[in-house]
Amino acid sequence: MDSLVAQYSRPAHADEGQSPEEQLELLQVTPELSLKFALPPVSQSSSWLRAMTDDYSNPNCPIKIAHGTTTLAFRFQGGIIVATDSRATAGNWIASQTVKKVIEINNCLLGTMAGGAADCQYWLAYLGMQCRLHELRHKRRISVAAASKILANLVYSYKGMGLSMGTMCAGVTPQEGPALYYIDSDGTRLAGNLFCVGSGQTFAYGVLDAQYKYDLTDEEALELGRRSILAATHRDAYSGGFINLYHVKEDGWVKHGFNDTNPIFWETKLNKGEFSNVTAEME
Amino acid sequence: MAAIFSGAPPQGGPGYSFNQTPRTAPSGLRQHHGFYPYTDNGGSTLGISGADFTILAGDTRSTSGYNINTRYAPKLFKIGGEGPDNKNARIVLSVVGFAADGDALKERLDTIVKMYKYQHGKEMSVAACAQRLSHILYNKRFFPYYVHAILGGLDEEGRGALYSYDPVGSYEREQCRAAGAAASLIMPFLDNQVNFKNQYEPGSGTGHDLQAKVAAPLPRDTVEELVRDAFTSAVERHIEVGDGLQMMIITRDGIQETLTPLKQD
Repeated sequence: MDSLVAQYSRPAHADEGQSPEEQLELLQVTPELSLKFALPPVSQSSSWLRAMTDDYSNPNCPIKIAHGTTTLAFRFQGGIIVATDSRATAGNWIASQTVKKVIEINNCLLGTMAGGAADCQYWLAYLGMQCRLHELRHKRRISVAAASKILANLVYSYKGMGLSMGTMCAGVTPQEGPALYYIDSDGTRLAGNLFCVGSGQTFAYGVLDAQYKYDLTDEEALELGRRSILAATHRDAYSGGFINLYHVKEDGWVKHGFNDTNPIFWETKLNKGEFSNVTAEME
Repeated sequence: MAAIFSGAPPQGGPGYSFNQTPRTAPSGLRQHHGFYPYTDNGGSTLGISGADFTILAGDTRSTSGYNINTRYAPKLFKIGGEGPDNKNARIVLSVVGFAADGDALKERLDTIVKMYKYQHGKEMSVAACAQRLSHILYNKRFFPYYVHAILGGLDEEGRGALYSYDPVGSYEREQCRAAGAAASLIMPFLDNQVNFKNQYEPGSGTGHDLQAKVAAPLPRDTVEELVRDAFTSAVERHIEVGDGLQMMIITRDGIQETLTPLKQD
């Protein structure tokens, strides 16, 4: 009996400081990218998390996680164009206007960020690590299909826990050519030619669908990506800031700038005659 | 029948879809949780990085609700260095939100940075420390630290480096950032005075000809003045900010710490 009691009762001071596991964790040489997450001491941890962090179902939630986006990517004859805005919002507060929503997984794979900023940043970094390990194990680069599936399986294993991400994986590999996948935290994984994701997706689709064809030249494709994001920043209050443009080609991706929307808007209006609903007169 | 076409997830099901369809709580009442482990201790922090320095600042008031718990509770912590006083540290962490979570976070990061030195025989770079902090925060993704963290130091080229975080670890390197209760008061001021937002070159024309003023790193005395102005103004208009202004200035010579009084009312 005494031994049983001793087994299950611990003096209070034993709970202080770091547990043996935590001490071991601190000794790990590699930076931590583990799959062990702390959970709150309640039975329904996902509904507790929602009450604390989901400003959609509870506008007065104490912890506001950065959200809101327009991102797009499309396939065309010259590769893949990836374009995003750069605004992060927490409720009505614009938390940042300079977010990098295109995540460079490695020098030929790109991911985009919509939904929870931390979820996308963390899991795409994790994906980058898995892709590198795949390269080392198999002595060849991972296909976009395989990379996107690592991510899709991962988020599916956390389904219902409260992850929020809508991401696109874009890359060009010798065996697949230009490949584009959409993955979201529901577990959806779709291959396609053209995706827009986020609160401004409908506005971006409007422009993109009207002008898109597979035979676009590189210049036309970059301009279409830019113009679609511009349309979304103009009509979606949760999108704005800077336009982040990337072109993925056979030998890796090329960055085409991180440009303020305001001068681009005025140039589009004054030189091309678009946005005629906005007055250009200044008194 | 309508329920089938409403697009709403089944009640009480997993839900939490990326496509956040509107949902009404069962029986019209929001599900109530008795477990509320957070207190907002108020206060505000701010960081600005320059060409060869970074300044972090925070007020020292700690509140809960309308009560002032203490007039001196630092929100700025040295990270790394030697011993409990962090001698020769080159990284500063500022945390605002729930002070207990902030303290726990600081302890974790400090231990990790110190262990890193023992294991690798060199100081941890700010970039590495910044990423590690992101992972510490994300490790509590499902039971978050109720904090907004800002990390400051000097990068490998000796330039000022400043990283800001959300409660679950998304982070970004920036020129300036205000966090906490008065962030919405201070941040617009910083956009205008540090990044020169909505400022134009004088005499560059009128209307659409105006040339935007290009942001450049500010000298140290200018930044110190900006920080003081930001806080004295925030104290005037926010009840949770006041008492003392703690500043830490990180240069290649180390960390210089100052404490100046703010209004006590």
